[in-house]
Amino acid sequence: MRTIILKSASSYLLPVLLLFSVFILLRGHYLPGGGFVGGLVAAIAFVLDAFSNGLDKTKSVLKFHPGFLMPLGLLIAFFSGISPIIFTDMPLMTGLWAENPIPVIGYIGSALFFDLGVYLVVIGASLTIIFTISESA
Amino acid sequence: MEIILAIITGVLYASGVYMIMRRSMVKLILGIILLGNGVNLLIFLLGRITKGEPPIIDSAEKVLEGVYADPVPQALILTAIVISFGLQAFAIILVKRTYKVLKTDDLDQLNTTDEDS
Amino acid sequence: MLGAVLLGLLFSFFLVFAGSYFKGRLAVLSSLVPISLFVYFLTYIPDIAQGEIIYENYEWIPSFGVNLSFTLDGLALLFALMITGVGSLVFLYTSAYLKNHKYLDRFYGYLSLFMAAMLGLVLSDNLMSLFIFWELTSISSFYLIGFNNDKADSRKSALIALGITGIGGLLLLGGAVLLGDVAGTYRISEMLAMRDVISDSPHYLLILLLIFGAAFTKSAQFPFHFWLPGAMKAPTPVSTYLHSATMVKAGVYLLFRMSPVLSGGDIWHTILIAVGAITMVYSAIHIIFRTDLKGILAYSTISALGILVFLIGIGTQAALIAAAVFIVVHALYKASLFLITGIIDHETGTRDVTQLSGLRKVLMPVAIAGFIAALISGGVPPTLGFIGKDLIYESTLHYADSAILLTGLAIITKILLFYGGFVAGVKPFMGKLPEKFSKLHLPSPLMWVPPLIMTLAGIVFGVFPGLIESAFAKPIAMTQAINYEEFHLKLWHGFTTILGLSAITITAGTVLYFTIKPKHSLENFIAKFDVVAPKDLLIKLSEGFALFSRFWTNSFQTGYLRHYLSIIVGFLTLLLGYLIFSDFSLNIDVSTLADLTIYEISILIMLLLGVLYVVFTKSRLAAVAATGVVGLSFSLLFLFYSAPDLAMTQFSVDTLTVILFVLVLYKLPKYLKLSDSKLRIKHRILSISFGTLITLLILRVLNEPKNTEISEYYADYAYKLAHGKNIVNVILVDFRGIDTMIEISVLIVAALGVFGLLKLRLKTRDKK
Repeated sequence: MRTIILKSASSYLLPVLLLFSVFILLRGHYLPGGGFVGGLVAAIAFVLDAFSNGLDKTKSVLKFHPGFLMPLGLLIAFFSGISPIIFTDMPLMTGLWAENPIPVIGYIGSALFFDLGVYLVVIGASLTIIFTISESA
Repeated sequence: MEIILAIITGVLYASGVYMIMRRSMVKLILGIILLGNGVNLLIFLLGRITKGEPPIIDSAEKVLEGVYADPVPQALILTAIVISFGLQAFAIILVKRTYKVLKTDDLDQLNTTDEDS
Repeated sequence: MLGAVLLGLLFSFFLVFAGSYFKGRLAVLSSLVPISLFVYFLTYIPDIAQGEIIYENYEWIPSFGVNLSFTLDGLALLFALMITGVGSLVFLYTSAYLKNHKYLDRFYGYLSLFMAAMLGLVLSDNLMSLFIFWELTSISSFYLIGFNNDKADSRKSALIALGITGIGGLLLLGGAVLLGDVAGTYRISEMLAMRDVISDSPHYLLILLLIFGAAFTKSAQFPFHFWLPGAMKAPTPVSTYLHSATMVKAGVYLLFRMSPVLSGGDIWHTILIAVGAITMVYSAIHIIFRTDLKGILAYSTISALGILVFLIGIGTQAALIAAAVFIVVHALYKASLFLITGIIDHETGTRDVTQLSGLRKVLMPVAIAGFIAALISGGVPPTLGFIGKDLIYESTLHYADSAILLTGLAIITKILLFYGGFVAGVKPFMGKLPEKFSKLHLPSPLMWVPPLIMTLAGIVFGVFPGLIESAFAKPIAMTQAINYEEFHLKLWHGFTTILGLSAITITAGTVLYFTIKPKHSLENFIAKFDVVAPKDLLIKLSEGFALFSRFWTNSFQTGYLRHYLSIIVGFLTLLLGYLIFSDFSLNIDVSTLADLTIYEISILIMLLLGVLYVVFTKSRLAAVAATGVVGLSFSLLFLFYSAPDLAMTQFSVDTLTVILFVLVLYKLPKYLKLSDSKLRIKHRILSISFGTLITLLILRVLNEPKNTEISEYYADYAYKLAHGKNIVNVILVDFRGIDTMIEISVLIVAALGVFGLLKLRLKTRDKK
């Protein structure tokens, strides 16, 4: 599968696809998209890179094992869930929202952080599964 | 329209059940995938079918009005799809591992719990 | 009273830690527990004699109506004194009987646990706490019967006893719940006012049968009597305490206690009289055929229990008083006879009555006790037994319907019991002393004083019946009889019919004692009928049950996955099929088919082809590719039907799944044709019918109106509450956020599972 075309294309594709996945994540609250899809797209981006450049190279790009993304994402989601208890007196999972919109992203709220957590967990889980399998294959 | 999808759900269920009753473990996994798709379609159908009206509020509006597709089954299926990915991955690896250790993918050979069989 | 109940429990708990000190010389000190309780209950006699009833109530599980409520009335006091009184003597006796036994402390622990349970049982006013104590007696008696746990025989008897009384406990629970439901309370004292409500209830018969089942199993009534002779394998103190004086009377107690509540219908009397009469005559006849002293006593105990059930069944005031007095009589003489048998067994090493004779020459005080016990048992004046017997005849003679039949049965039983009492209490001491027994010594007074005390009490009560009358008989009659009338217990009634019947009984008993000698040939004769005995029938039943379950397991637990699946799917198909076709209506709306575009049709065809290809292809790679096609078709389908989020997710997941499959595919085995064609056809038929039913089910559901309440809520509030416009995403990250959180945790678990399966080596397995 390591063709020249794919190889040269993938070095550009990885950042573009990752950017695209973040885009999908951020627009999720208003338009189709969200953490699940975004995470899957990001995972596919890394898998594509691994196919063309080899697993070791992709891993060196990542710098750390993707498995660490799972607890990180879970923690972010968890803290966005309990943040209303910490910052205000509202019950668990109440949405907190910033007063003013931020350019490009729009309104920022705890739901966005929750989605970010989902995004990270999905990337972590998918990559852990696929990397583990291709290493032992 | 619904009737065709209902028949297809039936076909998915039938083929899924048939596949998981085979003796080969690979077929077992394929059967699970088909059954999972059947269940997704079933949930989707029970929310009724709407063409071209996704449950997204128009940028100018604040409340969704008029005809729209039911968002509840969609949310259910979305999680189901991701979970079934995890399930399939785990099942595939389990089969691979079993084959490596026991040198068989015949489910009939796995009918005892004894260590040395 | 709670303290009285808890004392035994605490003592047994204490023995767990400090047991070793109570094995040797200090063992006698354990008797302080029952003795102090006995004294404690004695102090209540004046209050009770004046007709007082003492209540104590502790809330336990008030929401279920389960409280620890205790009542002390005449009946409870009678049983409490019997439990602690006989208990004191048994504790004393045990300290000599099992002297220096390795597990003496354990024995005392079980014994005091049992005593506590028994006290709780007779003091409980709440049916639920009564049930709990009832079960506790079953469990503690299991340990006591199986005390010699190195003998297979006693283990088996303990199991049978536990099984039978355990079934009884279950029936009691059922009866108690049903009764509590009908009466609206679990308190027995409150049920007394609802006698008519209960007997008019449609569940009355069922309640009766359940309560009877409990009482008959516990009190060894025919046909559940067989566990009692087996339970005599236990050490003699246990037989004395459990199987003559206390535990077996728990069933009688239950009937006695419930009789003012439940005796509203005729069926109560009919069943109790019938079962009691059968039991008392059947087991009295058995006495003649036994040569083992304990066997004789076991059957005469069953017979006595039969008499008690019979009397409660008659249910008149006279009968209830007779039952109360007979409970005392029986406890006194039967416990003594058991203790005497224990001494004989302990000293001579045999309980075979044909080998025992002349023991009076070496065991004089024991012989005296035995003789008096036999007199009490035979109802010879001036013992309390005489009064008890007279009361029984009096109540049967005045029973309107069949006085002559009932009196006749009572007389036959009494004659045989007279015989049994003399064979057990007198015969071993008469005649010539065999050479081998001439060197025997009298054992420790701790062993022969208790039976002597009990038998002497039997004479004292006989001479002064007023003691029994004021302390127990009157209070019991006042609470348990329906219409209370004044009465007096007397030893001498003058020359009446009853006196004549007594004379007949005693004469016939004496004649029987001198004509029939216990012989082994008689025992062998009765053994021939064992084939139809309830015990053997039960054992055969349980063997058959084991055989059946083995067959059942073999035919359903095969270990073949497809076998389990086809059973599950087949069952579901039948169930669904029944549901759908029992109310079949098919209303298909074909009008929407006209709206189909060419794009939709091609997607659907692609999907269908993909599915069929997965099923029928012989190549693994092709099958995997076809699943990819199925997934992509789904993604397009979602896109068409207004679910863009689903389409995107399905598309990405599908990509990843196919990659995953391809990665491991070459490590997986090739397809082989494993199943034969007959099985394939069978499975095809099964799965096609299953799929058809699913289709029919969906069509049925689609005809029903849809509940849109939830979707409308989300549509209305997605932006107002969660500031989001993509409702599916808002549901996931906000409205149902906790679900999503758990879901991503599941995904993590799956990933870790994969990681673990591949990276962590199962070292031992791999080396093989």
